[in-house]
Amino acid sequence: MANLNVKINDLELKNPVMTASGTFGYGLEFADFVPLNEIGGIIVKGTTLEPRQGNDYPRLAETAQGMLNCVGLQNKGVDYFCENIYPQIQNIDTNMIVNVSGNSPETYAACAEKIATLDKIPAIEVNISCPNVKSGGMAFGVTCEGAASVVKAVRKVYHKTMIVKLSPNVTNIADIARACEAEGADSVSLINTLMGMAVDIEKRKPMLSIRTGGLSGPAVKPVALRMVYDVAHAVKIPVVGLGGISNAKDAIEFLMCGATAIEIGTANFIDPAVTKKVKDGINDWLEAHGVKDVNEIIGAIQ
Amino acid sequence: MKKYILDLQVVSVEALSDKHVLIKLTDSKPLPEMLPGQFVEVRVDHSQDTFLRRPISIHFVDREHNQLWLLIASIGEGTRQLSKLQKGDKLNCVLPLGNGFTMPTSKSQKILLVGGGVGVAPLLYFGKLIKDYGAEPVFLLGARSASDLLEVDLFRKYGRVYITTEDASVGEKGFVTDHSILREEKFDQISTCGPKPMMVSVARYAHSENINCEASLENMMACGLGACLCCVEKTTKGNLCVCKEGPVFNINQLSWQI
Repeated sequence: MANLNVKINDLELKNPVMTASGTFGYGLEFADFVPLNEIGGIIVKGTTLEPRQGNDYPRLAETAQGMLNCVGLQNKGVDYFCENIYPQIQNIDTNMIVNVSGNSPETYAACAEKIATLDKIPAIEVNISCPNVKSGGMAFGVTCEGAASVVKAVRKVYHKTMIVKLSPNVTNIADIARACEAEGADSVSLINTLMGMAVDIEKRKPMLSIRTGGLSGPAVKPVALRMVYDVAHAVKIPVVGLGGISNAKDAIEFLMCGATAIEIGTANFIDPAVTKKVKDGINDWLEAHGVKDVNEIIGAIQ
Repeated sequence: MKKYILDLQVVSVEALSDKHVLIKLTDSKPLPEMLPGQFVEVRVDHSQDTFLRRPISIHFVDREHNQLWLLIASIGEGTRQLSKLQKGDKLNCVLPLGNGFTMPTSKSQKILLVGGGVGVAPLLYFGKLIKDYGAEPVFLLGARSASDLLEVDLFRKYGRVYITTEDASVGEKGFVTDHSILREEKFDQISTCGPKPMMVSVARYAHSENINCEASLENMMACGLGACLCCVEKTTKGNLCVCKEGPVFNINQLSWQI
């Protein structure tokens, strides 16, 4: 068995495999398929200060090697999470990480402050990249000033590990990453979904209720890899890579491009047991290549 | 209920019409517990044009032969690929998913099961279990034409069958809600599955007659597990996932105009 432990700032992961927010529920939904304690970290559903109903149906369009979604951060709010969900997940033996969203720096901070009181939540992922909400979300992730304002506000109230999730819908993602690092982010994760569109030619209408949505799945992987490489070479803080990862080979590509850990998203829908397979597959590859520690391959591509 | 990912083996694929196939699946181990109204997420292999799994109703569970039956209408690329499966092929299934229909609570109850098109699929197994329990299932099946009616003889094994077709080729002419049985008999519960306009009409009838009614929805899904929140339906409790909180809903929970 190779050493699979990695660290994101003070956050120790037993392996580099995490789950992407919005694709793994609260973990419990997948407990029949994977031993949750074998996953390095579970990033749960996007949580906001106030409850959100999300966008109207239809929220989904299948595309070539991927899918578009426009869910729009449907969740019952942070108070509901603290009172009703947290008690159910606090004893899962891995890093349970909450993805936090808002519509102003203040609401991000207020939500993060409430999560900070939960002992068994060692980290948050600050989502400044949701493409499916009108105000907030991605609006903050597409400018350095916007990103900095959210990170600064959250950093004041949140002292555990803060990962900031970046949008690929920008001119230069490395600049945004640097802005987050400068305001004290402990890590950045990328990429969130790419904005896209799908059309029903019979109805002559968009497939999605709000016309556009976020593209995910294997189709986005090459774009994600390039961005992870760029960001890993632009900042000193650890980078978490995601975007179309479906198997151990994909994951290793991200690690080699500079990701310290990876997240698996849409692939959970196709194979609910994929997380464990990726974790085992990384170990198998390392053993087959005589690599004793996964950290040796992180950033192997200069 | 525990969920599984299984590579089930195709026992047979039978064409029921020019666009419907009946696929019978088995496994080397006894198949898991499944309830009528639940569904299976099947993986579509060998297709460049599909990515997500396809949710398919549990049509029937034959415990004697350890078989799971799926009734598939070829309506898109995914279901077209599934209809090409052959004996001996493997089909990767996540099951059982969602909540089933409500079973009768007394043997004196008469349950009307209303199906339209391929929506008849979950009603066969439900009808069997109602009969096994000792209550009476009555089937009301609607189709465009005689050639779209599926497995009428199988349904007859478990209860009386009434039929409507839009072209009057079999049974009474019109939609299911036009059938005379609705005026002649009183039912204790109605369960329906089929095209949404049909289910709304059935719900309207049930509501006006003060009969408890549940409908099985088929919103477009990705995960099937309540994780992605794509298949939501507006309900009295807000947006709920059809895959996890449904697919069977009591009509009083839905925001349909009835």
